[in-house]
Amino acid sequence: MVETTRSAEADTFPRLLLQHAQTRPQRPAFREKDLGIWQAWNWAQVADEVRALACGLAALGFKRGMNLAIVGDNRPRLYWAMSAAQCLGGVPVPLYQDAPAADMAFVLDNAEIAFAVAEDQEQVDKLLEIKETVPRLSRIIYDDERGMRHYAQPELCAYEKLQQIGRDYDRAHPDFFMNEVRAVSPSDVAVILYTSGTTGKPKGVCHTHAAMITTARVLAEFDHLDDSNNVLCYLPLAWVGDFLYSYGMAHVSGFCLNCPESPATVMTDLREIGPSYYFGPPRVYENILTQVMIRIEDAGWLKRRMFHSAMKLARRVGIPILDGRGNVSLRDRLAYALGELLVYGPLKNVLGMSRIRTAYTGGEAIGPDLFDFYRSIGINLKQLYGMTETCVTVCMQASGDVRLDTVGKPMPGVEVTIADSGEVLVRSPGLMQGYYKRPDATAEAIDSAGYFHTGDAGFFDADGHLKIIDRARDVGRMADGTLFAPKYIENKLKFFPYIKEAVAFGDGRDRCMAFVNIDMDAVGNWAERRGLPYSGYTDLAAQPAVYDLVAECVAKVNADLAADALLSNSQVHRFLILHKELDPDDEELTRTRKVRRGFIADKYAVLIDALYGGKPSQYIETQVRFEDGRRGMVSAELKIRDVKPQGPAQPPGTAAKRPVKEAA
Amino acid sequence: MNAVTEAGLIDAPAPGARRIGEVILDLRNISLSFGGVKALTDISFDVREHEIRAIIGPNGAGKSSMLNVINGVYHPQQGEIVYRGQPRRGMNTHDAASSGIARTFQNIALFKGMTVLDNIMTGRNLKMKSSFLLQALYWGPAQREELAHRKEVEKVIDFLEIQHIRKTPVGRLPYGLQKRVELGRALAAQPEILLLDEPMAGMNVEEKQDMCRFILDVNDQFGTTIVLIEHDMGVVMDISDRVVVLDYGRKIADGTPDEVRASQDVINAYLGVAH
Repeated sequence: MVETTRSAEADTFPRLLLQHAQTRPQRPAFREKDLGIWQAWNWAQVADEVRALACGLAALGFKRGMNLAIVGDNRPRLYWAMSAAQCLGGVPVPLYQDAPAADMAFVLDNAEIAFAVAEDQEQVDKLLEIKETVPRLSRIIYDDERGMRHYAQPELCAYEKLQQIGRDYDRAHPDFFMNEVRAVSPSDVAVILYTSGTTGKPKGVCHTHAAMITTARVLAEFDHLDDSNNVLCYLPLAWVGDFLYSYGMAHVSGFCLNCPESPATVMTDLREIGPSYYFGPPRVYENILTQVMIRIEDAGWLKRRMFHSAMKLARRVGIPILDGRGNVSLRDRLAYALGELLVYGPLKNVLGMSRIRTAYTGGEAIGPDLFDFYRSIGINLKQLYGMTETCVTVCMQASGDVRLDTVGKPMPGVEVTIADSGEVLVRSPGLMQGYYKRPDATAEAIDSAGYFHTGDAGFFDADGHLKIIDRARDVGRMADGTLFAPKYIENKLKFFPYIKEAVAFGDGRDRCMAFVNIDMDAVGNWAERRGLPYSGYTDLAAQPAVYDLVAECVAKVNADLAADALLSNSQVHRFLILHKELDPDDEELTRTRKVRRGFIADKYAVLIDALYGGKPSQYIETQVRFEDGRRGMVSAELKIRDVKPQGPAQPPGTAAKRPVKEAA
Repeated sequence: MNAVTEAGLIDAPAPGARRIGEVILDLRNISLSFGGVKALTDISFDVREHEIRAIIGPNGAGKSSMLNVINGVYHPQQGEIVYRGQPRRGMNTHDAASSGIARTFQNIALFKGMTVLDNIMTGRNLKMKSSFLLQALYWGPAQREELAHRKEVEKVIDFLEIQHIRKTPVGRLPYGLQKRVELGRALAAQPEILLLDEPMAGMNVEEKQDMCRFILDVNDQFGTTIVLIEHDMGVVMDISDRVVVLDYGRKIADGTPDEVRASQDVINAYLGVAH
């Protein structure tokens, strides 16, 4: 930690960048795979690129206090664009690259964007499409020149050309860049991150240099990160997690950011890079595990047996060994070592997780089995808790003190209290400055004592670990007053590789019902192995055999729920498999792919009525939006399947008597 | 891919941006028959440099035969082919390939067991100069040559956006992607004329849009002249500069998409005519 104390005076991102360019000019700062080969840029080169870009932006009229929109996948040049904006005292505003043009228009207008940096033709087209509604937008800089030759719009400028303009400008005004960098103060806004907007219009969260850097330093110290680390940047630029864990942490620790070749190659790139520090929402870990399970099912019997018996051992002793707890017998330790040699090691290698020192998950509750899987094979996966407004970092689990059902203890410098209503309140140096141009919303979120209201319900357990139950407003009660935590049930369902998404209903009702989305990869593969023909998602989802498969999963979840007295009443009584995949384009999921339960309940009200009305099936027609913005209709006659609730606890009311009778 | 969908299927490049040059390939009075079956009868048309030229027609109209005549698989009994001002007679497929004509096939003709990368690498075959022995040893000039070729192949992979399947055996890929790989192999040969035999057959709308975009991009970025056969009238009308229409081995129309669309003969051939 010598480095961080020595660099105490570097308190803005531009100064950190220049400092790295001086202290470790030859260390790699960015890598990107191009034409199949990893290309690296060292810190000195990056500082040079950023300088040219910043001067270019200034030459075109980008001034202190302006916002720079950044649209695209994780590309080094887009990160440099962020740096360039910060060097000039401007603010980068990264946008979700897969958002349709109309959604972008709101943010561009709200953030008063005049300059935008776009990755490629696709993003440029979107920006040009909404240009009329966003009249301020006057300059679009594009990185990838492919397909751009015939664009004659005066607002367009190629990235390389801009840098050329910048180098000329720099020669003419040699002091300009350094003066600009010196003028940036730690209390200036470093980035505006628009929240994904689970409710209402997106709000721009403003974070200062000081907040981000202080937080990143705490994180670096917490996990002892130095410049020898490697991180793969694959999460959306617009997400606070990517800004903090990739951009912010690299600036503080001086490690290398690796950008994948394309979004489709992330798994391959992960394996080639072998990151040492890894952050992903539960969904990513879930997808990886699903892929593993599919491949194991397709493997020969010997490999399958080896995997399953090794995993059985790992589930028993892997976690104590990882945490260094001493109560594992020598025999088990030897067997685990053999497992490491034959199964866990090769498996981690295939997943690109051989070199991981610390992996985090957060953003959503992680399924218990999912969490245990990674920890049991020796990956130090830990949970953290936080949100965009708090620079993530509220609570984190320390290595060796990891539990499934908590999110760890509050981080140094962070004060966490629980309001009388059960809501978690946070006060920390990493708190946002406010919502952009929304003093009303800011006042609502941060109270007079400086506490941020998270909207999550939680409590501290006996050891001081914070436990989050659900979103405060999502936790409900069944008709008989027992607890109904929909996310808990959904997560249990989603752990099965065959189930991609689930939505549980039961608040104020006597029974719990569920919608299910099957995982096209896993179920498709399963159907292929059984020789089941199908034409597409809708067809596959309606197959009776698939219903049987999902019913089995639901029954297992019910058995699990039955074991817990508190939650036994929220067993799933009936379910249906939706005819289409829930999609952010149809507003059913947020851009970070969280289920928007209320919206779904309204949209599919007829299905919920059918579930509770006891109908055997229901016809539905739904409008869908394709990626290119066109619309179409999907319709299907959805079957509804009953599942027997289980267990000792008997739900009240008539519905509860059935299982007892049948068991007799 | 937004631009692909805004106006119909494709918004064509601004007129004049792509300069269509001189006649590069001229087919004069071509007649081809197999025994008593006349596949092509007295067909003449030309292809200009940098243009996208479509050959359309109902099933059995002689479209694929026409393509096979161009790249030397079939030798017409009558007529003359002038390529770059030189009359060509009795040219075989190898000569055609070395003179810069590459093609894809109606039924995919890839090496199913080989990876995408290796398949596209085969497209560089004619450009490899070092001897078999050196290549087998992967030594000296052969190594340098391979690196250079690999770079070209990677450019093609990047261009067609198939990085994620670089190391996947072709046999495991869905049909639409296989078609793309086949286009990649043809592109790897850096052809002057690219012959595409039904590049969009059997594809869904999205795959067709992607393929259209790639064809336009190839034409635009590399200036490659493209001759394509296609069933889908919509696609052809959207992306072609000129269209020639065959029916029962005869040419029934030739001109811009609009002219062809208005031709009564074409309407009759496609929709049938009341007798």
